[in-house]
Amino acid sequence: MVVSPRPGPVVVRVDDVTKQFVVRKDNTLKERVVHFGRRGRVHRQEYTAVASVSLEIEAGTTVGLLGPNGSGKSTLLKLIGGIVSPTSGRVMTRGRMAALLELGAGFHPDLSGRENVYLNASIMGMTRAETNARFDEILEFSGIGDFIDTQVKFFSSGMFVRLAFAVAVHTDPDVLLVDEVLAVGDEAFQRKCMERIARFRSEGRTIVLVSHSAAQVQELCDRGIVLKDGEMVFDGAVNDAVSALRDVLEGRRVGEAPPPQPVKPIEVTRIEVLDADGQPSKVIPVGSPMRLRMHVRSKRDMPSWAIGFSIDTPTGQMVLASNTERLGVDLPSISAGDSAMEFTIESANFGAGQYFVNANVSEVIDIDTHVLWQGARFTISGNDRNLGTVAATITAA
Amino acid sequence: MDTTDRYARLAAAPFTTTDARGLSLPTRGGKVREIFDRRDLLGLLIRRDLQARYRDSVLGFLWTLIRPIVQFLMYYLVLGQFLRAAEGVPQFAIFLFAGLTIYSFFAEMVLGSTSSVLTNAGLVKKIYLPREIFPLASVGAAGFMFLVQTLVLLIGAILFQALPSPVQMLWFFPSVLLMLVYGLALGILLAALNVYLRDVQYVTDVIMMLAMWGSPIVYTWTMVVTAFQDLGLPPWAIEVYTNNPITLGVLGFRKAFWGAGTPADYPDNLLMRMLIAGVVGVMLLFVSHRVFTRLQGNFAQEM
Repeated sequence: MVVSPRPGPVVVRVDDVTKQFVVRKDNTLKERVVHFGRRGRVHRQEYTAVASVSLEIEAGTTVGLLGPNGSGKSTLLKLIGGIVSPTSGRVMTRGRMAALLELGAGFHPDLSGRENVYLNASIMGMTRAETNARFDEILEFSGIGDFIDTQVKFFSSGMFVRLAFAVAVHTDPDVLLVDEVLAVGDEAFQRKCMERIARFRSEGRTIVLVSHSAAQVQELCDRGIVLKDGEMVFDGAVNDAVSALRDVLEGRRVGEAPPPQPVKPIEVTRIEVLDADGQPSKVIPVGSPMRLRMHVRSKRDMPSWAIGFSIDTPTGQMVLASNTERLGVDLPSISAGDSAMEFTIESANFGAGQYFVNANVSEVIDIDTHVLWQGARFTISGNDRNLGTVAATITAA
Repeated sequence: MDTTDRYARLAAAPFTTTDARGLSLPTRGGKVREIFDRRDLLGLLIRRDLQARYRDSVLGFLWTLIRPIVQFLMYYLVLGQFLRAAEGVPQFAIFLFAGLTIYSFFAEMVLGSTSSVLTNAGLVKKIYLPREIFPLASVGAAGFMFLVQTLVLLIGAILFQALPSPVQMLWFFPSVLLMLVYGLALGILLAALNVYLRDVQYVTDVIMMLAMWGSPIVYTWTMVVTAFQDLGLPPWAIEVYTNNPITLGVLGFRKAFWGAGTPADYPDNLLMRMLIAGVVGVMLLFVSHRVFTRLQGNFAQEM
């Protein structure tokens, strides 16, 4: 989504890496002795966190690792960072690497902010002279001020995290590994963090990011890798990766029993997204016409009914919604059974990315309404001229 | 911003490989080089250990001295005076304090290292560092305390006029080196094992307490020789006792500070024995580092 500098040499190469853990339920000598031998096997369990993953990351790219909980994305990040060793295969990296797996991992509560800055910078591989040179910058970025000489245990959690982030982004890494830590501090500070990440990218640094937030990955990354049960199921452009993630998440839902729902007199059974030619399509070029075909099933004949739709981003933010009442349309009477209607959107001026379509239908508006959440999904393609959830023609002079 | 420089530098850089045997750097010199390159960090970690230990206490670093001095007074009074161990041992105070100083150095190295990886779990789980740095930092902190105690010992020895000739004081170096090698070897091994089995640190605690009585620290080596002969034990028993590296270290260290000793107070060929123990110790260090390297791949998961 974001224009990146041209990719450089490969900085991370993951070569057929598998990581297995043995999970033991006994942790003391006594328990081990008691459970020794055959009985011990009951108390150990093998678990494959990452299964033969191979990938290469070039310098200057920002890669998002996506996947449901327990899919092995954090383990993969730790493998890349050298924090855990693979069971088989190998991981090759080059350049200075910094890991932001937990902010303030090396902070000691009894030391002052200043002492902790030096310690933490050194942990990330900076020499004392380098830290000296950047100390003022770090202090300014963190916004801690005079508290820098106070023991860290007296810091508020926000100050703690700000100082830790400030140190991390000033360590001049070639490869930055980030695990779910970007949502820190107040809004102003978050903005600062995002700007810093953007600058990192323009400087040709490589960022590998683990996040549950598809929106954050879409905003920051240009490549997405989706993991499921330790296996890599998708590797490619970030928008497609988010779609793939959705598939994985929905696939997971199949096994679960749907919650029982009271039967409504009229229900939306299916939503179809049609392109300009009236063909069902998952990808709509930006600015082109699109249609939403709503399939409904009625229990009985109805003289009048109303239907509406809404279009959401993957984060659930509504970008467009309307219904027949707002449009001033009186739908003809409907007979019992299946029927369909269509909404036409003259031009899909959405920003590039993925959207979900919800629909609601009722006999009388807002009474006994049936809602079909995320009945369809489509992707807007072809808009690389602007960011955000809307598309517009922009010129610059 | 232009990325050419960075890309050129990256393209020329060799790869660091992490496989089942752990992370290996492309540079020559392996782990030793890697740790040497991080000596800044090692220094900071040692300082952190020391600074954090007595933060917010009024007496601060004085506590480093209070504990060993109280321990010394206890042994001096109870063993030396009440139980009359001091009789027949000239300059018993220096004799005792020298033994206690070198032994507590060893014990602190081993005990500190054993728990070092676990106490730094926050770092181990979240960032790559050569993990050997944690036991090394503990050894460094123990070394600092040891130097402070040695200074007290030196002052005491000067005051009591117990110092031997300056040449004999050179025994300080081989004996400290010997302790260091064994302290490191055991420390690294136990630090790794302790991650998998938490009992290790408690067992080590008990063993360290016992080991103090297995070396001539509060009694003399000659007492042991006499006792072994009275018990009718074969000559190799005394050899086994003497060649315990802790015993060798204690004897050598005492030689450096306790001038009242005669050649009869020490076994013959002490330097040779220390040399052999040193070679064995280096091999042990090598083996325990191999074990550490094997085990460290799963540290992050086991904590």
